[in-house]
Amino acid sequence: METSIATYALILLLPFVGFVVQMFVGKRLPRGGDWLVLTAIAVPLVLSLGVFFRALGGGAFTEGPFVWNVSDWLRTASLAPTGWTLAVGIQVDNVTAMMLVVVAGCSSLIFLFSTGYMAGHPRYSRFFGYLSLFAFSMLLLVLGNNLLVLYVGWELVGLSSYLLIGFLFEERVVPPDINPSAASKKAFIVNRVGDVGFFLGILTIFLVTGKLGYAEVFASVSGGAFGQNTWLLTLAGILLFCGAIGKSAQFPLHVWLPDAMAGPTPVSALIHAATMVAAGVYMVGRLFPLFTPDALLVIAYVGAITAFFAASIALVMTDIKRVLAYSTVSQLGYMIFGLGVGAYSAGLFHLMTHAFFKALLFLASGSVIHATHHALHHAHLEWNPDTGENDAQDMRNMGGLWKAMPVTFVTMAMATLAISGVPFTSGFLSKDMILGGAYAFGFIQHPQHFLIPLLGFLAAGMTAFYMFRLLFMTFLGKPAKGEEFGHHAHESPWNMTVPLVGLAAFTLWFWYNLDPTTLVGYGWVGRFLAKPATLVGSSEASEMVLSHATHEAHLPGMLLSLLFAGGGIALAWWKHTNGTVSLEAWRLSGSRLYRLLANKYYVDEFYQETVIVLTMTVSRISGWFDAVIIDGIVNGAASVQVAFSWVSGKIDKFGVDGLVNLLADFVRTTGDEVRQMQTGRIQNYLVFAVMGVIVLFLVIR
Amino acid sequence: MGLHAYLVVSALLFSMGIVCLVTRRNAVAVLMGVELMLNSANLNFVAFARFGRVGQAGLAIDGQMFAIFSIVVAAAEVAVALALVLNIYRNIRTIDVDEADTLKG
Repeated sequence: METSIATYALILLLPFVGFVVQMFVGKRLPRGGDWLVLTAIAVPLVLSLGVFFRALGGGAFTEGPFVWNVSDWLRTASLAPTGWTLAVGIQVDNVTAMMLVVVAGCSSLIFLFSTGYMAGHPRYSRFFGYLSLFAFSMLLLVLGNNLLVLYVGWELVGLSSYLLIGFLFEERVVPPDINPSAASKKAFIVNRVGDVGFFLGILTIFLVTGKLGYAEVFASVSGGAFGQNTWLLTLAGILLFCGAIGKSAQFPLHVWLPDAMAGPTPVSALIHAATMVAAGVYMVGRLFPLFTPDALLVIAYVGAITAFFAASIALVMTDIKRVLAYSTVSQLGYMIFGLGVGAYSAGLFHLMTHAFFKALLFLASGSVIHATHHALHHAHLEWNPDTGENDAQDMRNMGGLWKAMPVTFVTMAMATLAISGVPFTSGFLSKDMILGGAYAFGFIQHPQHFLIPLLGFLAAGMTAFYMFRLLFMTFLGKPAKGEEFGHHAHESPWNMTVPLVGLAAFTLWFWYNLDPTTLVGYGWVGRFLAKPATLVGSSEASEMVLSHATHEAHLPGMLLSLLFAGGGIALAWWKHTNGTVSLEAWRLSGSRLYRLLANKYYVDEFYQETVIVLTMTVSRISGWFDAVIIDGIVNGAASVQVAFSWVSGKIDKFGVDGLVNLLADFVRTTGDEVRQMQTGRIQNYLVFAVMGVIVLFLVIR
Repeated sequence: MGLHAYLVVSALLFSMGIVCLVTRRNAVAVLMGVELMLNSANLNFVAFARFGRVGQAGLAIDGQMFAIFSIVVAAAEVAVALALVLNIYRNIRTIDVDEADTLKG
């Protein structure tokens, strides 16, 4: 194959060059350097598409992935006898090719959107620098061929996420009632919790196998590196999955993602919806062969609980971005439990389709917010951060926007159909695959785990409801803020609508599978993203059972998912026709369930009362210990030293100085006495001389 | 009258010179004391030359020679000393030796 390392080096390094140039000279470039960053992501996109189509059409990676290692990286003599190897390099196979297209594609469109959305911001060029850093980190994450590079990329996307969430750091509070700098810290710290687990998982793998490269680790594990200690492999798998819990915002570490909406909307679209949060899913997919059935079961449960839990919260959110944030958490849960139940291709497929339609949803919501903000401003309705009045992101302030913003409306409607799993959309294909896999796993193979598919189907119904609720509240009905508001709302400029249309194209079914019902087959996806064999605890027979069950589950799974999705949409439509789609009546009724959902199951409060209070208590105790015991010891030592010095000073002053002064005094006194003889009178001297002579005379005689 | 008498006179003369030298405050008087002492030494020279044992042959006038030499030296000394006194007078407008105590320690 003709793709060489130069292609991948270009894909990886162009965004990095963009980042460095933006950081140092971005401000001085014409137009803040946005054209440069756009070029630095568009070229990788073209190259990625080349790689992707060669892989899809030409089967470029059927005989194994493209691997390139940095030679002589950290070759130390001390590692040689242990048999441990540390190599750094890149690896490209079908999964990587797909991720390259997703990352570069979403990034390109969202960068273009940002040129409109962020226009006029004082740190315009810096924003694009951060975006470039993110693109570089994410590409590094997907291109790496070992756990070390994965981890480095993992932390770098975390860093860029932190920088971008807190991008509006000078604002005390942004809608919906979030402090950006606090939100960025929260995201960073919550991710640390997961990353500690991830790091421990990597260490476990490294300590047992002595390898970090994916291929080497897999070879080592299938060669029996863990021996009979399957529990250790399970533990390593769960620890690695902790990283995904943090990064992909799974329950119980999902709390950072809704707050991450404090970042500008393109950031929410790119990082907190389409790509970075999918890194956890990518990681689970990439290391899929390592996970034992037990670990996969944990993964499936976490994913299913997250999917259901987040979807239920999204039901009652009134902030458009919060609805989408919880929807993202929920959809990530889908991917995770898709992987967990063994529907490997489905999980990664959903990653791709979700990246496109969720990015679209966020960008469209950005467009809506842009317009609402503008219209509220011109209708002289200013946002009041204290009461939350006239919030440009609150769906209760919108309504009837479809006439003013036709492009946004149509594209957002397409994305809504896709996320709800309506046939002829990408979301239908991928979600159907996941739910079919879950049906096979939970209802046919392991009836004791019926909860996983049940939660999945319920979440699907809720997803359809809250997404249509969002659509109806935003675009249909009458403008909530009166006709004047309606007149001022207008469509966004071309550089914001073009990305919407571009992303909307990918919500259609035919890109992925010419058969919109998946009754005949899964299209290229199942072949392209073929499931790798599990290394431990899986046999030929169980694989056969699974594939048979999947086949059997396909039709009922699809019908059930259609039923739930249709139910959700119908409920939303019915609520819309009688004017209660905003669920205001439910809120005002003071229902306990509503309050539970609106307060997000009190997870943040729970953390406040347990983790934070505990941390604060420990900190206070440590502080007390430091202030009283440590400082006491230090101050005590200091006091002893002071006392000793005082004594030493006294000895010096009175002992040593005393001797010296005594000598000086003696000399002075003697001198004073003796100088009396030096009268200066010659006659006195003569008297002395004569007397001396007399004495000498007497003595000598 | 032998050597003894001369020596007594000489000793008295020397003692008076010393007393004059030590007690007088007038610088010129002090110089006179010095002259007395010098002359007592001259007297000794002459006396010892007359009565003391001399060489076997020749005329023994060593003492007289020394006395004359010493008188010449005394004359030179007085010239220098008077110049000193004159300079003292010029500097401190007095020849009282008690006043000239610049070297007092």
